[in-house]
Amino acid sequence: MDWLAAPQDRLVEQLLSPRTQAQRRLKDIDKQYVGFATLPNQVHRKSVKKGFDFTLMVAGESGLGKSTLVHSLFLTDLYKDRKLLSAEERINQTVEILKHTVDIEEKGVKLKLTIVDTPGFGDAVNNSECWKPITDYVDQQFEQYFRDESGLNRKNIQDNRVHCCLYFISPFGHGLRPVDVGFMKALHEKVNIVPLIAKADCLVPSEIRKLKERIREEIDKFGIHVYQFPECDSDEDEDFKQQDRELKESAPFAVIGSNTVVEAKGQRVRGRLYPWGIVEGEFQHRRGAQGERLSGASTHSPQPCPPPLPTVENQAHCDFVKLRNMLIRTHMHDLKDVTCDVHYENYRAQCIQQMTSKLTQDSRMESPIPILPLPTPDAETEKLIRMKDEELRRMQEMLQKMKQQMQDQ
Amino acid sequence: MDPLKRSPPPCPSPRPSSPRTQPCEMLGHVGIETVLDQLKIKAMKTGFEFNIMVVGQTGLGKSTMVNTLFRSKVWKSTHPGTGVSMPQTLQLHSETHVIEEKGVKLKLTVTDTPGFGDQINNDKCWEPILGYINEQYERYLQEELLITRQRHIPDTRVHCCVYFVPPTGHCLRPLDIELLQRLCRTVNVVPVIARADSLTIEEREVFRNRIQQNLKTHCIEVYPQKCFDEDINDRILNSKIRDRIPFAVVGADREHLVDGRCVLGRKTKWGVIEVENMAHCEFPLLRDLLIRSHLQDLKDITHNVHYENYRVGRLNASHLLPRGPGWVNLAPATPEQLTSPRPLRACRRPHDDSEEESGLSMANPRPASS
Repeated sequence: MDWLAAPQDRLVEQLLSPRTQAQRRLKDIDKQYVGFATLPNQVHRKSVKKGFDFTLMVAGESGLGKSTLVHSLFLTDLYKDRKLLSAEERINQTVEILKHTVDIEEKGVKLKLTIVDTPGFGDAVNNSECWKPITDYVDQQFEQYFRDESGLNRKNIQDNRVHCCLYFISPFGHGLRPVDVGFMKALHEKVNIVPLIAKADCLVPSEIRKLKERIREEIDKFGIHVYQFPECDSDEDEDFKQQDRELKESAPFAVIGSNTVVEAKGQRVRGRLYPWGIVEGEFQHRRGAQGERLSGASTHSPQPCPPPLPTVENQAHCDFVKLRNMLIRTHMHDLKDVTCDVHYENYRAQCIQQMTSKLTQDSRMESPIPILPLPTPDAETEKLIRMKDEELRRMQEMLQKMKQQMQDQ
Repeated sequence: MDPLKRSPPPCPSPRPSSPRTQPCEMLGHVGIETVLDQLKIKAMKTGFEFNIMVVGQTGLGKSTMVNTLFRSKVWKSTHPGTGVSMPQTLQLHSETHVIEEKGVKLKLTVTDTPGFGDQINNDKCWEPILGYINEQYERYLQEELLITRQRHIPDTRVHCCVYFVPPTGHCLRPLDIELLQRLCRTVNVVPVIARADSLTIEEREVFRNRIQQNLKTHCIEVYPQKCFDEDINDRILNSKIRDRIPFAVVGADREHLVDGRCVLGRKTKWGVIEVENMAHCEFPLLRDLLIRSHLQDLKDITHNVHYENYRVGRLNASHLLPRGPGWVNLAPATPEQLTSPRPLRACRRPHDDSEEESGLSMANPRPASS
């Protein structure tokens, strides 16, 4: 369709140019349609102009490869001048919150990416409530957004709410540790948590499988609500449904990050070089036998004769590609939606309830603040207070029901 | 910033590390542009909404125009002389339809205003119209202030108001001017010359120029408003559109055979007036503007400008209540608030922060303790 593909400004311009006014005959096929099928393109155009933003939080103990993974995911190095602290300095360290913001642009689409790092988490000797600074930070962002949204000038609201939290689980244990459980339970109602198994190259595939099952069981057992991938529609094609199924079955993802490039048989790959082989987190410009581009990850040992080149199915070795696809290419918008529609709304409802309960309390203490501008004989105020209490109770019941529903899902 | 190319050297070159909002050197392809596809899929699933209002005297072809625009029998157009009694007061009449095209669902609501300007004394006949528009804003505002909000607030706000100017050939009448002055501050207004087949091309140009002068004299800003142009491309395109406003349109819902083709038009003894022919009338321009290219822009301006103006007005009015810790309790909307036009606010420009509103500050919401 001509008009469907044409950029929107061209459409009106064509009609306006004087040359065509006299002679233009619209094609018959144009006339059959009203033309609002261009709506997704119109929205598209505005989004490209505005750009997107995304806030990602990474949490986990030191040395689990968080910075490396972020580097691999977004192919940008944010931590060039980082100094690692020595053991003595870490004993009494509290959890800090560090924010790095970068602007990435690809094919005309701008993304303002904010990475929130949490160095010091789980590092101290006594780690009780070490997640408190993190929950405070998340709440602070919600509060900031709430204030902006309720304010008078809503032109340029910055959305700094945390859209996704990648939580790194150590591969050396036998499942979740108490600090993992504590962290996830504190944050699962505030942020989308995506648990990852870090440094997965120290485990063989069967161990990875067992660890994943174990972790999944424990997540169920402790009642932790991690981020759930949305169901795909029944009218999607089989391929898509298959991919979706695989995605859900590989959670939590076992990832390997790498920010070094190693040379393997004349090809440059992003990977980790061991004496027993090269672990490839992701191929870089790998060419297959026919010169086609391959993707995926594999491990292979340096041998004199080249082994048969791995095919795309080698994604089974490492879930890094799955994670990246999920995070950026398929579910980025859904993560933002869930943050907006569920976590933020919960926070807002709680906040308002606290405010209104304070109001009704205070109004009994001080001179009654009339909620409606009516002349206030005391009987009236009492009635109003009772009405507000009723409303509050109803709201609270609704909230309870919502929470119940969320837990049942 | 150019979109980055694919194969720069893999080793990161030493750069000063100040990653604050500086474009980064990319070392490959991440795949960010797929977010647009995600957005599109989501938009297609949820569907779109569009609310349009048509205002004008009886018999100017409003219902026919709506039918022609959306190629369906949205309204049953009444023909002259069918003996339909004229309504005594202005009543507003809305109909909602869901139309689908190429997988895109659109929930269209058309509001008609039969009886506008038909009485002997037309004083304050704009009040029901303004009242209706503000009522939709109020409804949206109330939904937005609820404690437990819906995920997707149903949008009944009027996105566009098409005003039909009778083809007198002279200039805008006092009634037109009064209404347009009030309407343009509340909603996006697109004036059109109705029943333009009663004017020749030269008469149309003269009429158009006079109307443009009238609009300028009375400071009436119709859509596309000059102050909302975001960048240079928009400005160029929109000035071209502004030169042609008001469009001279003809509506028709009957098809006739012309040169072997089936066209929508009006058949007269001296020829067939083709609705879709740019040489005959400017209906394609109106349709392209409203639907094919600026629909989203209409909605955006309604949401970001007109609705915000309304909201600020209401919040400031509630400001008269004594402050205290508490959620927003709006004073009930008085009838004057609903029908009187608000002062024209300055424009939306991206870096226009000098427009800071003082006034009601949401008394500090306490952070929820974890």
